Amino acid sequence: MTVLTNSVVSILSIPIITQKSLSNHQISFVVLVFDIRRFSVHDGPGIRTTIFLKGCPLHCLWCHNPESRQTVPEKYTRKNRVGNRVFEVEEQIGKYWNTDSLMKEILRDGPFFEESGGGVTFSGGEPLMQAGPLKEILRECRKQGVHTAVDTCGFAPEKDFREVAALCDLFLFDLKYADPAKHLEYTGVSNDIILSNLYSLKYQTASLIIRIPIIPSVNDGQENLDNSIEILNKLKDKIIQVDLLPYHTLGNHKYTDIYPESEKAEFPLLEVNILNHWMLTLIKEGFVVTSGG
Amino acid sequence: MLTQRIQLLRKQSLEARACLSPERALLVTEFYKNNITDEMSVPVIRAKCFEYILKNKQLCINNGELIVGERGPALKAVPTYPEVSLHSPEDLEILNSREKVSYKVDEDTKRVYRETIIPFWTGKSQRERLMKGMSQEWLEAYKTGIFTEFQEQRAPGHTVLGDKIYKKGMLQIINDIQQQIEVVKQQNLSFSGLYSDRLEELRAMEIAANALIMYAGRHADLLEVMAEKETDAVRKAELVQMAEICRRVPANAPQTLHEALQYYWFVHVGVITESNPWDSFNPGRLDQHLLPFYRRDLAEGRITGEKARELLQAFWIKFNNHPAPPKVGVTALESNTYTDFCLINLGGVKADGSDAVNEMTYLLLDVIEEMRLLQPGSMIQVSKKNPDAFVRRALKIIRTGFGQPSVFNTDAIIQELLRQGKDIMDARKGGASGCVETGAFGTECYILTGYFNLARILEITLNNGIDPLTGKGVGIQTGNPVDFQSFDEVLFALEKQIRYFADIKIEGNRYIEELFVTHLPVPFLSLLIDDCIEKGMDYNAGGARYNTSYIQGVGLGSLTDSLTAIKYHVFDNKNITMNDFLSALRDNFESWPEFRHQLLYLTPKYGNDDDYADEQACSVFEMFYAAIDGRPTYRDGYFRVNLLPTTCHVYFGSVTGALPDGRQAFQPLSEGISPVQGADHRGPTAVIRSAARIDHIRTGGTLLNQKFSPSFFDGNESLEKLTALIRGYFKLDGHHIQFNVVSADTLKDAQEHPEKYRDLIVRVAGYSDYFNDLGRDLQDEIIRRTENG
Repeated sequence: MTVLTNSVVSILSIPIITQKSLSNHQISFVVLVFDIRRFSVHDGPGIRTTIFLKGCPLHCLWCHNPESRQTVPEKYTRKNRVGNRVFEVEEQIGKYWNTDSLMKEILRDGPFFEESGGGVTFSGGEPLMQAGPLKEILRECRKQGVHTAVDTCGFAPEKDFREVAALCDLFLFDLKYADPAKHLEYTGVSNDIILSNLYSLKYQTASLIIRIPIIPSVNDGQENLDNSIEILNKLKDKIIQVDLLPYHTLGNHKYTDIYPESEKAEFPLLEVNILNHWMLTLIKEGFVVTSGG
Repeated sequence: MLTQRIQLLRKQSLEARACLSPERALLVTEFYKNNITDEMSVPVIRAKCFEYILKNKQLCINNGELIVGERGPALKAVPTYPEVSLHSPEDLEILNSREKVSYKVDEDTKRVYRETIIPFWTGKSQRERLMKGMSQEWLEAYKTGIFTEFQEQRAPGHTVLGDKIYKKGMLQIINDIQQQIEVVKQQNLSFSGLYSDRLEELRAMEIAANALIMYAGRHADLLEVMAEKETDAVRKAELVQMAEICRRVPANAPQTLHEALQYYWFVHVGVITESNPWDSFNPGRLDQHLLPFYRRDLAEGRITGEKARELLQAFWIKFNNHPAPPKVGVTALESNTYTDFCLINLGGVKADGSDAVNEMTYLLLDVIEEMRLLQPGSMIQVSKKNPDAFVRRALKIIRTGFGQPSVFNTDAIIQELLRQGKDIMDARKGGASGCVETGAFGTECYILTGYFNLARILEITLNNGIDPLTGKGVGIQTGNPVDFQSFDEVLFALEKQIRYFADIKIEGNRYIEELFVTHLPVPFLSLLIDDCIEKGMDYNAGGARYNTSYIQGVGLGSLTDSLTAIKYHVFDNKNITMNDFLSALRDNFESWPEFRHQLLYLTPKYGNDDDYADEQACSVFEMFYAAIDGRPTYRDGYFRVNLLPTTCHVYFGSVTGALPDGRQAFQPLSEGISPVQGADHRGPTAVIRSAARIDHIRTGGTLLNQKFSPSFFDGNESLEKLTALIRGYFKLDGHHIQFNVVSADTLKDAQEHPEKYRDLIVRVAGYSDYFNDLGRDLQDEIIRRTENG
């Protein structure tokens, strides 16, 4: 009897690029994906499939998807319980998909996209780190009438960003810190490229939702709120909604389970009155605001 | 806010304990002993017996009631039907003492049973006749849990009323019967149909119709006496009015909402007194039937919205006052509940195909939400023509976690009925009853005949016809699986075995149907269903316009995953030999923990939108369908399939050994067309896509359950998304979906047994996730929140 070592659920297995699929599509890209979630209901309008692309240029101290950072597949030992016994299975975080297979996977929930006004969301990691295949899939989605959203931190070469912006329907754009120095301190990069990409959206057709993670004791102060509003006001007519994302500890178990050796910075939970203050201030400025998203 | 009256009625109903009443059994016994003459035909005997019960039974009018009529001498006093199935002294003891779903049986009742009822009916009940007439193969398959038989303790029922009673009083119906008698006389047809004499049947119907008028008259008399004595002026006026109503209906067509409800209720009591038809006799499309009366009452200033609401609530309580007649033996195991599966249908389309949602629909949804009663059950029919607001309103009730209403696809139901050969107008007037069963309301006799244990048949196939639990040969020899060279040979053997047991079941069903024609016709029920009067033929004999007998497949998910596991591990990947696989099954996986882990976690499973796994669901469905659909019944109807378990997947599981999907012996099977418990882990859209792979349109109903935590339903946006989820499933021709909102206890169990709950989605701070994927702390937090919510 062969002992199976890899995750073999067939839909998650690595699609193999054959000669045939290459000849059908002149450019068939390969994209590294670490998770696909269907019936995702908090990443844009309607019922969505969220594709999490692996690899991120930022290192936010509060990151709740640590497995999204590296640009290569990683090994991970999953523990399955059967009764009182625990079985360890080697799994791979991050699988290569060709764009054809990924497209097929996206279209599986087509009926639900249509009923709900939903579609597909590319998240990460930072999806623009794989701008080539991302553009290819966005192009195909547009051809097939699937609504697309790109959840980005905005840190990408100007050319890639512009091209992706021309191909997608909606940006979920993170505004992590208004101050460039603080941005560098907490995420590992400055935000000048990010802001310049953000401002460029003023002249693009894609809709824009701003997402602000609010991390207690980091960026929840009045100064960052004021500075953020200053940025947002430059795009006032463009922004359809602002999502406030209070810091949560949902990802903490991933550190212990997947990266037992790494350390994660701990932050307190956000106080409700601070969240309310942000919401009210932004609403007074004329923005549509949600929290939790 | 419930009125004081409704609070009182609700409390009375909830606090009353179900007890067994010997009243009906005694009256039936007296009648059969003293009132039968040789000249009387069977239908006339049954009609006169019905009349005798309604004439002599004690009436019960509860404090503050607006709608009157109880089946027993008190509320929740449940009668028995010894002519159908006779309870033994042991049965009575069990009913009295069992922990769950008990029925109090007092010493007096036990004595009456011992001294009068058991001596008279022993050897004469339908159940004994039936068991005597069954083949050896049938008895063997029945005993080993391959199928159950609905009519073994109850009569064929399961029908739902159309709009006839809202248009015609019993006097008009009697007039129709008399005209029909003249027609038959002129045609000089003394015999027709199968075994019933048309004239005798029509005469029996006339007796039954008059009996109901008499029964209502007795209530009017009593109400007048009560009014006389009543000192409270308001109640006195009510009693006088109620007496007047009981004089007008059911003799005449109803004119007001109150009359319509009272008329229906007398009919309901009549049907469940005449016999104990299985499941679900109910008014069906209540929002359609009541709307004209409600509108007219409002327009003519007879009623206010609030008064109408109170009347409807008072009507609702009547259902809850009537627990299901107690079952015995295996049937008690398979369906152990007080509910008798009345399923009120709301929404859908009108006979002309247009949107049927109206103000009465919303009023009834309010009533369902406010009453929160076990009975009657309720469902919404959702057509593409119905507004989303209607679905969202129902979801607001569903999210409170009391399991109602369930959600059905009208457009699929209509297609199912059309495929079965029904007229489009009749199809649109139909719906679902019981759990999920499709029927043309008011025109169809559709009976459930028994559950069919698909997973057990695989077990027997893998043992070449032998039941591994007893070592006895129950099936046919379809070959030793060790010799199978391809997966197709497995499928072929299974197909033969399913066919073999289907043949046995169908042959048994035909005989049972004949027994009911011969011994237990139902002239009263026949008054209500078209075209029994026109044909002069009993409901049980094929008098209805359409006649369908359903066989309900159980364990689709378990069987699908078992087949996939064999295909995947034995044939496609050669991870294990068939011989070893069979050893592991015989061993209940005790010495095969690693292999069982592979089966549970590393094998494709139905419910994940995985084509490899879902392919076998289609194979299973096609085999089952081919073995049953379209075969003729005794009543000149057809056998059809549906896929629903009620709670039979637990009983069937308890008689089924280890299965190739990794399930250990005697654990429950999967239910309905839902994936095996915990096997799906890609979310509801994936489950729905898998479930929609089988062709629902060729069934008479399928059942799909989805679990959600209560917080998932927070906010209007989530209601919109759930509405879209429903719409998406229905676009793919899904028949039914039910949302179960899970409790904190379930979540705690999920912490202990994560392998059973891989499908459980919970909503966390504006974010949804699989419960299993969360850290322990967060799980604890969600449990606390669920407890507090």
